[in-house]
Amino acid sequence: MSALGVAAAVRSGEVRAVDVVEEYLARIETRNGELNAFNLVMADEARAAAAAVDACVAAGDDPGPLAGVPVALKDNMCTQGIATTCSSKILEGWEPPYDATVVARLAAAGAVAVGKTNLDEFAMGSSTENSAFGPTRNPLDTDRVPGGSSGGSAAAVAADLAAISLGSDTGGSIRQPAAFCGVVGMKPTYGAVSRYGLIAFGSSLDQIGPFSTSVADSAAVLEVIGGHDPFDSTSIDAPAFDLRSVLGRGVDGMRIGILRELSGGIGSVDGISPDVQARAAAAAEALEAAGARVQEVSVPSATLGLSAYYLVAPAEASSNLSRFDGVRFGLRVDAPTTGEMMTATRTAGFGPEVKRRIMLGTYALSAGYYDAFYGKALKVRTLMLAEFASAYEQVDLLLTPTAPTTAFRLGERTADPMTMYVNDVCTIPSNLTGHPGISVPFGVGDDGMPVGIQLLGPALSEPTIYQAAAVLEASAPHPGGKEGR
Amino acid sequence: MSDLHEPALSDEWELVVGLEVHVELATQTKLFCGCANEFSTEPNTNVCPTCLGLPGSLPVMNETAVEFAMRLGRALGCDVHPSVMARKNYFYPDMAKDFQTTQYDQPTNRDGELALADGTVVGIERAHIEEDAGKTTHVGGGGRINDATYSLVDYNRAGVPLVEIVSHPDIRTVEHAKAYVSELRNILLAIAVSDAKMEEGSMRVDANVSVRPVGSDELRTRCELKNINSIRSLGRAIEYEARRHVDLYESGEAPRQETRHWDEDGGRSTAGRSKEDADDYRYFQEPDLVPLAPTAEQVAEIDAAMPVLPAARRARLGALSSVADDVLVTVVERGQDMLALGAIEVGADPDKVLTRIQNDLAVDEWSSVNAETLAVLIQMESVGELSATQAKQVLADMAAGLHGGDPRAIAAFHGFEAMESDALEVLVDQLISDHPDEWTRFTGGDDSDRKKMQGFFTGQIMKATKGQADGRAVAELLGRKSK
Repeated sequence: MSALGVAAAVRSGEVRAVDVVEEYLARIETRNGELNAFNLVMADEARAAAAAVDACVAAGDDPGPLAGVPVALKDNMCTQGIATTCSSKILEGWEPPYDATVVARLAAAGAVAVGKTNLDEFAMGSSTENSAFGPTRNPLDTDRVPGGSSGGSAAAVAADLAAISLGSDTGGSIRQPAAFCGVVGMKPTYGAVSRYGLIAFGSSLDQIGPFSTSVADSAAVLEVIGGHDPFDSTSIDAPAFDLRSVLGRGVDGMRIGILRELSGGIGSVDGISPDVQARAAAAAEALEAAGARVQEVSVPSATLGLSAYYLVAPAEASSNLSRFDGVRFGLRVDAPTTGEMMTATRTAGFGPEVKRRIMLGTYALSAGYYDAFYGKALKVRTLMLAEFASAYEQVDLLLTPTAPTTAFRLGERTADPMTMYVNDVCTIPSNLTGHPGISVPFGVGDDGMPVGIQLLGPALSEPTIYQAAAVLEASAPHPGGKEGR
Repeated sequence: MSDLHEPALSDEWELVVGLEVHVELATQTKLFCGCANEFSTEPNTNVCPTCLGLPGSLPVMNETAVEFAMRLGRALGCDVHPSVMARKNYFYPDMAKDFQTTQYDQPTNRDGELALADGTVVGIERAHIEEDAGKTTHVGGGGRINDATYSLVDYNRAGVPLVEIVSHPDIRTVEHAKAYVSELRNILLAIAVSDAKMEEGSMRVDANVSVRPVGSDELRTRCELKNINSIRSLGRAIEYEARRHVDLYESGEAPRQETRHWDEDGGRSTAGRSKEDADDYRYFQEPDLVPLAPTAEQVAEIDAAMPVLPAARRARLGALSSVADDVLVTVVERGQDMLALGAIEVGADPDKVLTRIQNDLAVDEWSSVNAETLAVLIQMESVGELSATQAKQVLADMAAGLHGGDPRAIAAFHGFEAMESDALEVLVDQLISDHPDEWTRFTGGDDSDRKKMQGFFTGQIMKATKGQADGRAVAELLGRKSK
């Protein structure tokens, strides 16, 4: 059942939230050992929250738009009194004293948090293999990765261990795993969803968004978690989104651009596999058949995204992750002096990919290197903003594959970080520009694994994106998102 | 030329000083969170996820702090610019996030100046907004971070809003350095943005000190002096450091650029970190905060609401009176110049008003003294209704709010009325005949004897009259009788 279906049934009293949650907890019990999607299952808390929803329904009060909907939270979002690990040893034993804004908003909407999901340590990775607690497996083929960094959240929804989940997307960490697992994944406009309580990776890039099995569920969750938050200075002070009402409007007359540089053809970055290219072409045709006007659009600087991103994100991360020093929370490895204690703690607490990025970022910001690296990356960002702005004068939305390939096998790309990094080539530009992007499942590749199609738009174009995403979803060759199709 | 302009060191060496002053802003809450900005003796009580730098927390700019910072900038004649916050990255346990949120290449206030009481102008490079750190106590070992047995951190101060005011190296004498800090403090109090107490750390001064041959305009290697806890200590520290530099140069050596720790008890500075092992702070724009973009209207509002600053207030009083500069400085520093102006306006003698205030109103609470009652008091003293001693007592009672602060009521309560001069003369004659030896020493002794005996007789008379006698009248009588 869809999340909106669960909510409707619970709200009407047809189904009890406590029964829904038991069903999900039982499924988690059965499947999580194999998938490793959850770092922590919040069984007691979930049962209590579901009982509260039922009591609310029984009393005739409004239990909220997501009443009784089981939700999984990426384990980099703070939950009061419940361990929050970022899949890192360095946060060992830490329980946040507060809830992230999104966590509080979901709870207020009646959603029931069932657990904290696995991720690449501190959201740094594209396969969920960089977790201190072992990799998550793709429910559609457990020899394959679920993508990352929000692999646990994507896998949880794909395996129906949660009706919906939240991920965070710094360079594609929602959209790419959504594509790999055959579910819908949305990265909203930067500032559309509060980051308060999201443990930062790249502060100017991070954005929280939903995973779901349908476009309508995705829209419903974004309506709940979006909107201004005074605790996040970068939160946009705009009215909350009205998304579900636009889902049936179709794409007649909508202008869709195929983003040349990220589509695999002439003038594109390398590495986009032919089967994925074919699915993107089919998606464009489907939109055209539904009345959209499709054309090719060029954004030359889109090819620079990867290089700029791997300077900006590590630079910010090197600063954001300084606070994990053993002084106030989490792991502490004792040593004779404070400085040595900090070094020992960070050496033992961080995994190799996190250390790699801290070092990359530290160098990018260093005196004498700043202008050549970080400074130049900022210039690329400015250039990309200008070029995307002019692209959005020609078209309403841009279309690309979400990722260059379908889900790869565990261990296949861990030896060389660069082969891992290119996974994000299609998703990164919208993080650098702060623009929204969605991944919608659209058939499968030659290996039978799902392919995701990405729709991109300018800032706050979420209604248009959902409008087109609903059309893509309706014309997709297979129903998206569930295993065993 | 006043002595303030004399070279501080010698005929050959000139002092070059620039000051960096950190000021805690007196806002209700901290710079980036809702925690109370107040001193607490219980450690780690005014804290929350944001000022503890807990994972996931975010800063939200305190708008009052920004307004206070701009007010200070405008009071120092700075241009207020669109500005951004930046991260200054370094590891230290009292820095909750292991970076300080501050301003770097785009500070809020730039290019101002501070005029000292003697008219000397010191350029202000910038006055930027930043957060304070927590407080570390190193226990055991030598009390320094790397040899302590353990360290305790109190984050109550973490995130308290600061403005750092950076002067140009325009200061040439120790007296000017002290006058700069003192005048900056006056301004801070006048515009009500800080309580500016050096002893309590809400105003902290670091001094960049170097020397150069007189006549040269080079800037030689400087040392930054930290841990200066009072204006007096600032003077001693600069003097010591300048002398150290001169000694090094004169013995063929040179100082190296470093941070030095002023040891007030030992009266010397000790070497801290040198330039070579300084951190690379890896500044970059704080992505969690949005740029500050004050509008021209905001700046105009701040200007319009700007109170009259201490220099102008001193000038105003100076134009009405002939008292010494230090009286003006004191009265304005204590914020008693409006009281003085009011009393002068209703007809009290300006010099008497200012002198009486300077001498006898050095109290924290004087709100029950107003211009009218002060003028009445000065008048009573001027016409001899009260002796100087009595006037002092009456003013103290006025400040304490006794008898509604009414000087006449207070004088009546004490039974103060000036003695008739006949009665006083009778008393003096009586004393002379009671103390013939003393009188002889008064009339026939040397200067020292005469002085001592004048004190003796005056004291006896005051004792007999319970202080009601007018000191000047007594002196006059004794003088007349000795001839």
